[in-house]
Amino acid sequence: MSNSQGNVIIRLTDVDKSFDDERVVKKLNLDVEEGEFLTMLGPSGCGKTTTLRMIAGFEVPTSGQIFLEGEDVDDKKPNERNVNTVFQNYALFPHMNVFDNIAFGLVEKKVKKDEIRRRVEEMIKLVQLDGMEKRMPAQMSGGQKQRVAIARALVNRPKVLLLDEPLGALDLKLRKQMQGELKALQRRLGITFIYVTHDQEEALTMSDRIAVMNRGRLEQVGTPEEVYNHPETKFVADFIGESNIIEGYIENMTDDSIEVTMESGKAVIHETGYRMEEMVYLCIRPENLKISTEAKEGFRFRGQVREHIFIGSTNKTMIEMPNGQMLKAVTPAEDELIPVGTAVNVFWNPGKAVVMRTKEEQIYNVIEQSVEIEGMTNDQIF
Amino acid sequence: MIKSFKKRIGALVTVGPTMLWLGLFLLIPLIYVIGISFLTKNAYGGVDFIFTLDNYKALFSSEYVKVFADSLWLSLETTVICLVVGYPFAYIIANAPKKWKPALVLLLMLPFWTNSLIRTYGWNTLLRTEGIINHFLQWAGIIDKPLNMLYTDGAVLLGMVYALLPFTVLPLHTSIEKLDHSLLEAASDLGASKVHTFTRVILPLTMPGIFAGSIQTFIPSLGFFFISDMMGGAKTMYIGNLIKNQFLSARNWPLGAVLSIVLIIITLILMKLYTRVGSLEDMA
Repeated sequence: MSNSQGNVIIRLTDVDKSFDDERVVKKLNLDVEEGEFLTMLGPSGCGKTTTLRMIAGFEVPTSGQIFLEGEDVDDKKPNERNVNTVFQNYALFPHMNVFDNIAFGLVEKKVKKDEIRRRVEEMIKLVQLDGMEKRMPAQMSGGQKQRVAIARALVNRPKVLLLDEPLGALDLKLRKQMQGELKALQRRLGITFIYVTHDQEEALTMSDRIAVMNRGRLEQVGTPEEVYNHPETKFVADFIGESNIIEGYIENMTDDSIEVTMESGKAVIHETGYRMEEMVYLCIRPENLKISTEAKEGFRFRGQVREHIFIGSTNKTMIEMPNGQMLKAVTPAEDELIPVGTAVNVFWNPGKAVVMRTKEEQIYNVIEQSVEIEGMTNDQIF
Repeated sequence: MIKSFKKRIGALVTVGPTMLWLGLFLLIPLIYVIGISFLTKNAYGGVDFIFTLDNYKALFSSEYVKVFADSLWLSLETTVICLVVGYPFAYIIANAPKKWKPALVLLLMLPFWTNSLIRTYGWNTLLRTEGIINHFLQWAGIIDKPLNMLYTDGAVLLGMVYALLPFTVLPLHTSIEKLDHSLLEAASDLGASKVHTFTRVILPLTMPGIFAGSIQTFIPSLGFFFISDMMGGAKTMYIGNLIKNQFLSARNWPLGAVLSIVLIIITLILMKLYTRVGSLEDMA
């Protein structure tokens, strides 16, 4: 984290949230550091927006605590918290012009009139809406409304800015542009941003850290490089970028490597810390998957080239394995292609495969955790 | 040629009956009323075909001006009370959980499926000297002598509010329901208290509903006569009573016609105002 000072500004401990018996957020623990750009990433319904709304104060956790600057904010209403939100649909006041929308929070704080004018104009310049002070929200484009929403939140100088899929309604080109602007704005102001999105590319390009969520649980928290190159769970590997995920189990082990047996062959991987016969997933990014007509040491993993797909600067090759699984390999467009129908050896360079425990192993871990929670002994369950 | 003939037949069959209905029961009576308003009443309760403007001049006599002023004032009071009582009610319905909403709207509408005369008699039973409320208060020892509640201006106002409340609540409800909930969250997020969220966001954004509710209450309240008859004991005269009396008791049809025309004109002006605000709302 390049611009973090290491101060925890928001801490969530064991935060749980249920709506009508449905657990939306499950035992969430997360520290957000001052000045960082943290993205909460996950598919719709994973609990990321609910988490954001709990930080803002619109929802109250069913259990667990949220600390803002070290203070438990359980009984604090949204208007008593030093955070501001940029809403998904902008939520601009339709009966107020741009100036009055941005000034809303300052008027509430009873800031002096001339100071309001100065700060609002400063914000209008910052988000490049000069000359639009008198426009009504209905007369503005999506991108302009978005800028007003950001200015309206930032003018209050919040400790943390919460952004709930703020670019979701914009078209692709404008979205890319706004991504850059938002990131630059955050760097310039040094305010902590918590950004919710389901777009993994957006998360990768903008964030200092990404918190990946799935079904109410935090799957992994790390820098974009960490979650992309070293996904800790199959979900993370699958959700962020494209991945070949192959199931196998550990048949042999040496001091510094494991031999994984898969339905379609075997591979030796330089990893340690696993048990014999343990079920694992291998995750190999398409750009790391190689094919060759020659055999490679450590691999007995063969398939057949099925299709080449031209995607501009690269080619995507689909390889069918004996068990029917399709693997994807991406190669630079100028590389020579192996003809469709050729039998090939599939391999990857050392260190380019990520080994992950399978669901069964994870389920075992979860049961262990829940035993801990319920305060029961193993005997009572098994 | 044949096609256009067929078209005409179709139009005649579908729109014809309505046109006939409106013509017979609205247009012709209206022309009749306007006609009578320029004629002279005779000694036997009928009219003589002598053109005169005296009926219109009579409008400006102080007693009729007072009736109009009293009526407008009563309607204004009714409308304001309906708004004050109806707004929280409409707000609660609009924000109630989905499964409760139909039941709440039904509760509001239920009394209005019974005859309004019968319901007004119901109030009589409650309010009169020998009525339920007085009996109860005496039994409970709160009062010695029965309160004089019925046949007062207050009773008329109560009856009016009761009769017209749904006309206020329904447009308010529609307007409040349209309110985007995230705007309220945004206000709260920006530091607004509940009171400020109401005055700065909710109230201005539900203004069209407040306006529609007011007009829809004010217009019918001007013409009501049976409530002031039954609950006010005909002590104070309102436009509705006055018109009714001119036609039925005083047998001064030309004056009744003039009064009716004035009432229609007031209503039309208010309606025009209403549609204008309505179209403004659509533009926003």
